[in-house]
Parts: sequence; C-alpha cells; structure tokens
Amino acid sequence: MLEESSEPGWLSEEVKTGTTIIAIEFDGGVVLGSDSRVSAGETVVNRVMNKLSLLHDKIYCALSGSAADAQTIAEMVNYQLDVHSIEVGEDPQVRSAATLVKNISYKYKEELSAHLIVAGWDKRGGGQVYVTLNGLLSRQPFAVGGSGSSYVYGFVDAEYRKAMSKEDCQQFVVNTLSLAMSRDGSSGGVAYLVTIDEKGAEEKCILGNELPTFYDQ
Amino acid sequence: MERHLMDSKIKGVSTGTTILAVTFNGGVIIGSDSRASIGGYYVSSKTINKLIQVHDRIFCCIAGSLADAQAVTKAAKFQISFHSIQMESPPLVKAAASVLKELCYNNKEELQAGFITAGWDRKKGPQVYTVALGGMLLSQPFTIGGSGSTYIYGYADAKYKPDMSKEECLQFATNALALAMGRDNVSGGVAHLVVITEEGLEHVVIPGDKLPKFHDE
Repeated sequence: MLEESSEPGWLSEEVKTGTTIIAIEFDGGVVLGSDSRVSAGETVVNRVMNKLSLLHDKIYCALSGSAADAQTIAEMVNYQLDVHSIEVGEDPQVRSAATLVKNISYKYKEELSAHLIVAGWDKRGGGQVYVTLNGLLSRQPFAVGGSGSSYVYGFVDAEYRKAMSKEDCQQFVVNTLSLAMSRDGSSGGVAYLVTIDEKGAEEKCILGNELPTFYDQ
Repeated sequence: MERHLMDSKIKGVSTGTTILAVTFNGGVIIGSDSRASIGGYYVSSKTINKLIQVHDRIFCCIAGSLADAQAVTKAAKFQISFHSIQMESPPLVKAAASVLKELCYNNKEELQAGFITAGWDRKKGPQVYTVALGGMLLSQPFTIGGSGSTYIYGYADAKYKPDMSKEECLQFATNALALAMGRDNVSGGVAHLVVITEEGLEHVVIPGDKLPKFHDE
C-alpha cells in the first residue's frame, strides 16, 4: 500500500470493525472482551467504540466485521429477544439469543459480513459462549474473533485451562486483547470488558496505558 | 474477518510453513515444521528439512516458494564459503545474512521467499537475522516467519524472555511450533530444531505424536 490516494479513506472505504473480540465461560458466568478501534481503510474513524452490545440483561454479544451489519444484527436480535422474553414470561436463554443471531446470519449470509460472538448467563445452563460465524451455531468454552484473533490463536491455545476462576478469566481476556492489539493494525484503543453472572452484568473499561505489556524488542 | 497470510498466493510448491529462531544465553535455536504443499491443497512432502546449513555454525531457514529458496541458499552457501576462505576465518552471521539479503534485494521482482538466518560467531555470539520478502535485513533477539507464524505472534510476545537457558528456550520453540502447526493447515509434520552454540550443533527432531499437546487435544 505505497500509493497515496488524494482523498481520505473514510470517504470511500467501508467502515469495518477490524477487531479483536473474545469470550470465555467460567463456572457461574462469562467474560467478554473487545478492543475499541473502528477503521475505514487506513483511517481510524472511531477509537473508543464499545463493541460489546447488550442483547438482554444477562446476554451480550461481541461485534466484528462490517460495523453496519454487526450493529444492525445486534439491534434486531435485541428487539426479537424482548418480544420473546415477554412471550415466555422469563429471562431468555443464551442459546435462544444465539439462535436468533444465527438465523439472521445464515439467511442473509451472502449479503452480510459480520461475525458475532454471543455470551451470557441463564439459570438453566449457567455461563455459555456461542459462535455464529457464517451461520453456524456452536457452543465453545471460549471463542476469539476478528482480524486480531489470528495473532493470538497460539496464545489462547497454550494458556486456556478448564475451570478457571472469574478473576483468572478476566486476566486471560485482558492479556489476550493486549497482545492482539499490539500486533494487529486494525485493533487498538482501549479494552472493554463485560463480566456476566447470576447477579447481572458488570462493564469495565481499561485504558491503553493500563493494559499489560509484554516483551517488546 | 481479515486474515494476513504472508505467502498463501504462491504458485507451485511452497513451504507454507512455520519457522522461527530464538537466542538464549550462550546460543541460538532455529526451528521449523516439515510440510511442503502445493496451493494449500496437496501435501507434496511430509518430511522436508527447511533448516539449511550454510556454514559450520550458521543455519538459515526458508519460507515461501521452495524453488526460490533452494536456488538462493545454494548461491549463498557458495558465496559464504568463498568469503570465509578469503578472510581465513569463519564468517560472521551478519555476513551470511547480508549475502542472502543482497540476493533477495537484487532479485526482488522474481523471488518470493523470506529467510531467517541464525548462528554463532566469535565476535557477537548468538544472533538472529530476518531477511524479509523485499530484501530488508533486521537483527532481532528472536523472530518467527512463514504462514503459521501469524497464529503465534501473541504467544511469542507473551512468553519470550531474554537470556533464557537452553532448556527453557527449547521448550519455548517447541511449544510455539506445536501451536502454529495445530492452527495452520499448511504447516505440519515433524518439528526440526537445531541448537547452535560455540561448542557445536545439536539436531533435535520431534515427531508429531511427541509434540506438546494443549487443552483441546
């Protein structure tokens, strides 16, 4: 990319949340994390966007891919879940939320290019993480996504252990985000964390200079 | 999701691969996987050795088009022995890396290969040099390369420490190769590692079933 274009990227390029997102379950809940950079070509159009979207009180999703597509899917599912929870008279299951996201992703898979990770807590299944890439639905102990995830596959494979505590999971998410943000040009800014358990959802923001640092030559 | 594969569009036989070199206290370890593939579909060799000895204490490893890599290393090996005879002393690692850099830079239009050079010399001890695709030469304490390296950037950043012992370094290199081979479909086979110190060389081969396993295997 050595040619200089006369107009800035945000006038002509699609806005993408080239990003790093991660979700991990622990006994009693889940932790979701994301970076905060939104880019259009080479321009960063928003450096503080929160990519962790609320779908319901104890169900969140992490957005990646095309920003418009991802936000629209999240809003639609938020509405559908509200209706659904009134119909059944109780809080919706995480699996229901993930299925609603999957239905949209699969039906419009040619037109959309967004990948959402759905995670939350419900009383029937505890903490759960679902991936909905390209219209598949799969439950996993943890999931990473976005352009920055390629760089941390090795790290998460090595560091993940079953039955981690809530604090260990939070540290795992923060470390992973920090490593990905330092290698991926499309990820950066601050780190957003959401911890969901029986009592509710707790949002947290970790500024760039408070992120853990590793060996940097 | 964007993926940043460095040499996935190479025609012909390519060493879609994982290569790395790491310095430790008293020496350097250079390592690679052993798979050669055509177009990412067909594995043309399961046990190719990508660690080429260019002099007594200097090795290089190749990533990219296999034909290019073999041609360049053959020319480099000759030039380095000739240089060493002229100087009447073993060549410096930097000299070997420079020879490769000259060949890559002067033929940058036709070639599609990147190199890692690692070795030990009397002047500076253990060193690692990277020659990137266009011919840039860079000295680093450790480096990773090839298509599989994308997945272990996070792991390498998190786990590398300067001045490791030989055993710690072997563990680091083996883990990194195993993680990359587990995620990259064009890396695989056995892990080749060469430990280079002032005293001599030690070639370690770790077959697939003896590689370290991580949580999902």
